[in-house]
Order: sequence, then C-alpha cells, then structure tokens
Amino acid sequence: MTATSNRPSSSPDKGVPVSQPARTHGYASLQPPVLTTRSPLLVASGLVKRYGRVTAVEGVEVDAYEGEVLGIVGESGSGKSTVLRLLNLQESPDAGTYTLDLPGLAGQDLFALDRFARRDVQTRSIGVVYQNPYLGLRMRFTSSGNVAERLLITGERSYAALRAAARESLAASEFPLDRMDDPPRLLSGGMQQRVQLAKALALKPRLLLLDEPTTGLDVSVQALVLDTLKRLQRERSMTIVLVSHDLGVIRALADRVLVMRNGRVVERGLTDQILEDPQHAYTQQLVHARL
Amino acid sequence: MLHVERLTKTFHVDHLGRDIPAFAPIDFQLAPGQFALISGANGAGKSSLLRCLYRTYKPSGGSAHYAAHAGTIDLATAADVDIALLRREELSFVTQFLRSRPRVSALEWVAEPLLNAGHAWDAAVESAGTMLDALGLKRALWSAYPSTFSGGEQQKVNLARALVYPRRLLLLDEPTASLDAAARASLAERLAAIKDAGVAMIGVFHYPQEVMHLVDHEVRLEGMTNDVAA
Repeated sequence: MTATSNRPSSSPDKGVPVSQPARTHGYASLQPPVLTTRSPLLVASGLVKRYGRVTAVEGVEVDAYEGEVLGIVGESGSGKSTVLRLLNLQESPDAGTYTLDLPGLAGQDLFALDRFARRDVQTRSIGVVYQNPYLGLRMRFTSSGNVAERLLITGERSYAALRAAARESLAASEFPLDRMDDPPRLLSGGMQQRVQLAKALALKPRLLLLDEPTTGLDVSVQALVLDTLKRLQRERSMTIVLVSHDLGVIRALADRVLVMRNGRVVERGLTDQILEDPQHAYTQQLVHARL
Repeated sequence: MLHVERLTKTFHVDHLGRDIPAFAPIDFQLAPGQFALISGANGAGKSSLLRCLYRTYKPSGGSAHYAAHAGTIDLATAADVDIALLRREELSFVTQFLRSRPRVSALEWVAEPLLNAGHAWDAAVESAGTMLDALGLKRALWSAYPSTFSGGEQQKVNLARALVYPRRLLLLDEPTASLDAAARASLAERLAAIKDAGVAMIGVFHYPQEVMHLVDHEVRLEGMTNDVAA
C-alpha cells in the first residue's frame, strides 16, 4: 500500500512560517489521571511511519478511553490519516506499539501479530468509515449485502440471520430500509456514508475509526450524520477516533483533540481548550483560520 | 470543596508576539451549597476566571483544588481525561452563548445531559420539558432548532440544559444577560433550590441584584494594568 494521500512532510510550508512557541501561556504539563481509574481502551506509542524518504508520522502517542471521542486535526499531509490507517491495522509502522484493552488481547502488541490474527482483530473489534465510500463499499453489491458481508467473514451462514443483522445495523445508522437492497452506487453521498457506518457497526466493534466522515456532504446531510454518530456513541459507549480538518465537526463530536503537523502531535487537550485557548503557535493559526 | 490559590491566566498570542494578562493571581474558597459572586469592571477577567476553572482556558499559574467524589484534584493541572470525567458528573458551565448542534431540537438538547448520564429517553424528555416550562420557553418552540431562536430564548435553552441535571459545582457566566424579568425570577428561584440541595455556584452577573440574597461571598477582580505584558 502506498501513501497517495500523504504529501512529503519535508515539503515547504505554504502558509505563514510558524515559530515554536517562545513560552507556553498555560501549564505546559499536566498531572497523570487520578479520578479516571480505568485504563485506556486504546494505547498507541512511539508510532513512526515512513514512505521511502518521506516520514509521514514521527513519534506519535495516542490514547483513548472507552466511550470517548478523540479528534485528530491537522492540514492535508499532517499525517492524521496515516495514524488512522495504522490504528486500523491496515499498514505496519516502522516503529511503535499498539494495544487494545479487549478480552484476550490485553497487553498484546497488535503490530506484532501475524497477518491472520491482525485481520481477525480488525474485523471483530474495529470499524472504519472512510471519506471516500469507494474505499469502504462494494458499489455494485446491494447495500444490505455490503453490511452482511462482515458477518459472513466471521462464519455466519444463515440467510435469515445475515438479513436480520444487516437490517438492524442499517436501522441503527438511520438508513432508509426500503432502499436496503439498492447498490451504493445508486445512493446519495449521505446514504453511502450510512451504509459504510452500518457495515462498520455490524459486528459491534469497541473501536470506531472515522476518516473525514462528513467531508463532501451537504451541510444539512452532514448535520444529520453527525447527529447519528453522537447518538450511536452515547448508546454503545464505543471509543471513536475521528480524523477531520473541519473544526466544526470536531467541536460537535470530540471530547479531546490531538493537533498534528508534519507528522507530529504539536498539541493535545480538551476540545474547547484547543479551540478557545490554543497553546501552540500552529494551533493558534489553525483555529483563527476558521471562517 | 474548592480552594483557589494564586490562580492566574495570561494569554500568549503568537502572531502578536506578546502576552495579554487575563486576571491577576486570585484566592478564594467555596464550600458545598455556597454561592460566590465574581465582580469587577469590564475586562477584569471575570469570564476568564470561570473558563480557567472549567479548563476551557489553561491557567498559567496557581492552583484550584477541588474535592471530587473520587478524590481531590487541582483543576489547573489535572489530566484532560479527569476534567472530562468531572464535566460529565460534577461540573457544569452556563454561558451566555448557545452552542447547540445543528438539527437537534431544543427539547432534546436540554435532555442530552440526562441521556448522557444514562437516564431513559421518556424520563429525560419529561424533565427537559418541565425545566423549559419553568423558564418560560414557549411550547411551540420545543421541537424547533435553537440556532434560530432569539437571544433570550437561546439563553433559556442554555440554562435549562445546565439546570436539568445539576452537578456539584455550577459555573454561571452572565446567564441572565438577555432574559426577561419573569425568566430571571424563575432562574433565581431554581438557583435557590439547588443551592439548598448543596450545589456550589460561582457566578458572574451583569445585574447581581436578583441573586444577591443567595451570595455567600464576593470575589472582586481588580483591573489588570497593561504593562504586565512582556
């Protein structure tokens, strides 16, 4: 797999040069969690990913707790989508470890698993929705078939069970069920995203990865998809990692945010703090560039 | 339950290359069921102080120790996940501005804190309706989207959302700025009730007369001089 969507991190900056902050104006380091006694569901540490001479991701740390929405923001080429592909076990990193605190997997570095075991974790425990539905869906299959395929992979063979599961998952994604047998290529962009979401949710994953899930949708459709995501997150207490360059989407959904630039995390914090009191010079630019 | 010591905040604005002080070091304490009124001139940093306690702003110095159910933490430096946990369970903030999500009705927006806390849909929506009724939001608007409401109506929705599920510490940032007299009276009544129930409050009020009878202490912020900037 190649990084077609990633521009070299060494490319010259297009915008205003950003200096490192001369000083922080809020406390630079925080205490370890005291009240939060559970350990995070997801911990990825020291992630490095290179494509040839280009370093897309350089020493990134990610942690996310059960029921939490973690946003990753940054401009194109910042490495945020690469991080998501690593978390989806789609690609192997050049360095780093990744654990999910799930039954039978606690403490296991998922990058160290063989191809088949990785595929199994990816299928059963991780759901993903891409910005481009062509990456996530078979456009000529029926929508219900796209969703049912997830259960087929895990060995379900009963037609009635597959059908029922597809229906349930599509309904949870607020997809109009009278169109469940239409192929995605005949559906609108908003509905295609709902099919992707239903497919991602079919096996009730603990971790849902969203890569610009509403980019390219009409504003009104975007609002409806956001509302669906918010409801699902509340009802299923999934952990969601959401990559977006749209700060409005991040504000509506994310509890905490990582800000990425040139493959590194330059700032992390509570969503409202990142948006209202950005500490890093780059985050200040990003936030103030908002319309 | 809250012990604020030498808490202070300075903004560093990178593109200006300078520091802007928000408020000078401040000290105060608050016990359960107490109401602290923050006073001071425009620009003295009253809202900034509240935002620092909620951690929308990152404080620059000092501490704000808060005795949570599960232990005492310093709000100024606590881990983000701990602050997120407190916001779900113990800490709420009412501002003068409404930030609802698009396509979410007023009723559902108000019910959301209850839904997040695991209450059943019907019960949550019923409590939300009771609260909106008490603050005088017309029933015809309940299923409409608040982003189209007038300033006063938005503020009622905002307040209802904060008061429908009162936490242990409530931060109020000019919650009455665009309310009519009837709604202000209803708010004062509701605040008195939750104060009696042990909720501690810290508030900035443009016209504090209506809540003066609830105030236990006043925290006065002196204006900052601009030459503090480096």
